[in-house]
Amino acid sequence: MIQHIVLYPILVQLFFAIVLLFFWNSVKAQKSISIFGNIVALIVSVWLFITIWQEGTLTIQTGNWEAPFGITFVADTFAATLVLLTAISGFAVSIFSVGTILRARLKFGFLPILHFLLLGLNGAFLTGDIFNLYVWFEIIIISSFVLITIGGEKKQLEGAIKYFTLNILASMIFLTAIAVLYGLAGTLNMADLAIKVAEIENRGLVEITAILFFIGFGIKAGLFPLYFWLPASYHTPPPAVMAIFGGLLTKVGVYALIRVFTVIFVGEDFLELIILSVAGLTLVSGGIGALVHNNIVKVFSYLIICHIGYMILGLGLYTEAAIAGAIFYLIHDIVVKTNLFMMSGLIYRIKGTFSMRDLGGLYNNNPLLSLIMIIPLMSLVGIPPLSGFWPKLALITESFNANNYWLIGAVLFATFITLFVIARLWTEVFWKEGPKLKRIANFRYFSLLSKHQKRQMIVPIVFLAFISLYIGFGAEHIQRLSIRIAQELLDNQAYINAVLKP
Amino acid sequence: MKTIILKTASDYLLPLLLLFSVFILLRGHYLPGGGFVGGLIASIAFVLHAFANGLEETKHLLRIHPGYLMPVGLIIAFIAAISPIFISNLPFMTGEWFADPLPVIGMVGSALFFDTGVYIVVVGVSLTIIFTITESA
Repeated sequence: MIQHIVLYPILVQLFFAIVLLFFWNSVKAQKSISIFGNIVALIVSVWLFITIWQEGTLTIQTGNWEAPFGITFVADTFAATLVLLTAISGFAVSIFSVGTILRARLKFGFLPILHFLLLGLNGAFLTGDIFNLYVWFEIIIISSFVLITIGGEKKQLEGAIKYFTLNILASMIFLTAIAVLYGLAGTLNMADLAIKVAEIENRGLVEITAILFFIGFGIKAGLFPLYFWLPASYHTPPPAVMAIFGGLLTKVGVYALIRVFTVIFVGEDFLELIILSVAGLTLVSGGIGALVHNNIVKVFSYLIICHIGYMILGLGLYTEAAIAGAIFYLIHDIVVKTNLFMMSGLIYRIKGTFSMRDLGGLYNNNPLLSLIMIIPLMSLVGIPPLSGFWPKLALITESFNANNYWLIGAVLFATFITLFVIARLWTEVFWKEGPKLKRIANFRYFSLLSKHQKRQMIVPIVFLAFISLYIGFGAEHIQRLSIRIAQELLDNQAYINAVLKP
Repeated sequence: MKTIILKTASDYLLPLLLLFSVFILLRGHYLPGGGFVGGLIASIAFVLHAFANGLEETKHLLRIHPGYLMPVGLIIAFIAAISPIFISNLPFMTGEWFADPLPVIGMVGSALFFDTGVYIVVVGVSLTIIFTITESA
């Protein structure tokens, strides 16, 4: 059966997580196994992606129980793309964390937990069952709690409490929504739900359930006005953890929103209004947050929020081109955000601070590194032909077509603020002649690292920078991919047929 | 809490509870029970032993740190779950059954191995948590 391949990305991560647990006492062996495991995961994800691209949607019924009763795993182009992006980011972050995470943290099982997190992400993208989606979310947040608290510094625990409280709240709301939905429709399979929910007469109740899902996923994705946990907690763990959090965790929320609101809750006018206004407000408020901060990691955290707005905007407009724009933005954003946080880790290693005021002179001292770092920064701004430009173009055009000038305003405002923030960051951190910093005793500065360790920090950044360049210059390929995903998402009948009539 | 009554009783209760946990594990496929509950009962046996004789005695009895049981259980469950892919080309987690029933146990399939894996993981996790808390208290 060719369908087995749907589960391989999940199984590979699970297998390597277990193998890593066997080597609990040998950090050195863990490092090699983790990188090797992520290479295998990358190969399997590419294989899955190519298969899906050629054969179309594949489904597998675990335990051989038929569709509405057992748990189905569905790999359509959207899921396969996100699994591929997870593998790319996971590969980069595993190299980076091998190079940067302190030995004391690695000894407490950092790497196995990282693999469990990637396992949860792959599962969430591939599952076709709404309750199973909840289970994957739990695996993701439990692993992320460990990653965010490992090391046990005071500020880490403080951030973790905020992160923990709001994410548990989101999970509870999500679970409540599932319970209500199950009471209404009597099924948990997403394809089956799509049919049954459309037949329910009491639309008011359906809309309330949809809002519950929107709030639950909205907290996880960092939407206005529920994003305050994100900048309060993301700057506390080590940069490698921030990279995987910033790159992938909030995007799972976005993925779940797009999935639920294209398959199950389709065509509610009331929802469209809410999604669009939340998207606009997220764009504006995230942008303003990024303006006022001095810590580069906090600036990036607010930019995450700001840019989530673009994706939700595409979902709200609900046309083929708009959703394709949102998907394109999602693809670009995962790669760039992962890279930005790894970059801030590199800057911290070079200078010993995250504060923009104290940083400076990076371009003078490390011209080659600065040249690499400008790629993700400018991609984020969206200077054509780099990757951020194309999806924004699509989103602005579609807002024009919808005659919604408030939205165009919000999009342009957010774009302009991003440009301003990144330009300020570039002048402050790279161009400015920085103040003389006191050398911190016992701090492992970048210049003191061995050649091997330096390579472990730079290789993942260069790798992701090249992927960003490809997304920008090979925009035609990515656009074709996004349009295909958008068509699949809008035609939910195809999804239903793939699951229920294999 | 070292009383002679509890200490004497725990010597007899430990094997009894362990046997009972295996019984619960085996009946789990069609009746209430299974790996999770069985694992909890097995860990209760060791916790009771630790209460009566002190943690050091129980650790000595176990020989290995219970944390090592976690990956062992996980890999058993993992292999049981992927076995149908390789044996009969059926989806992940499909039940594979031996043709003939074994004496005493009855029909044996991959579900039993999966449950055994869960049993071992649960023993490992709960004992690790309880031992850690007891040590730091």
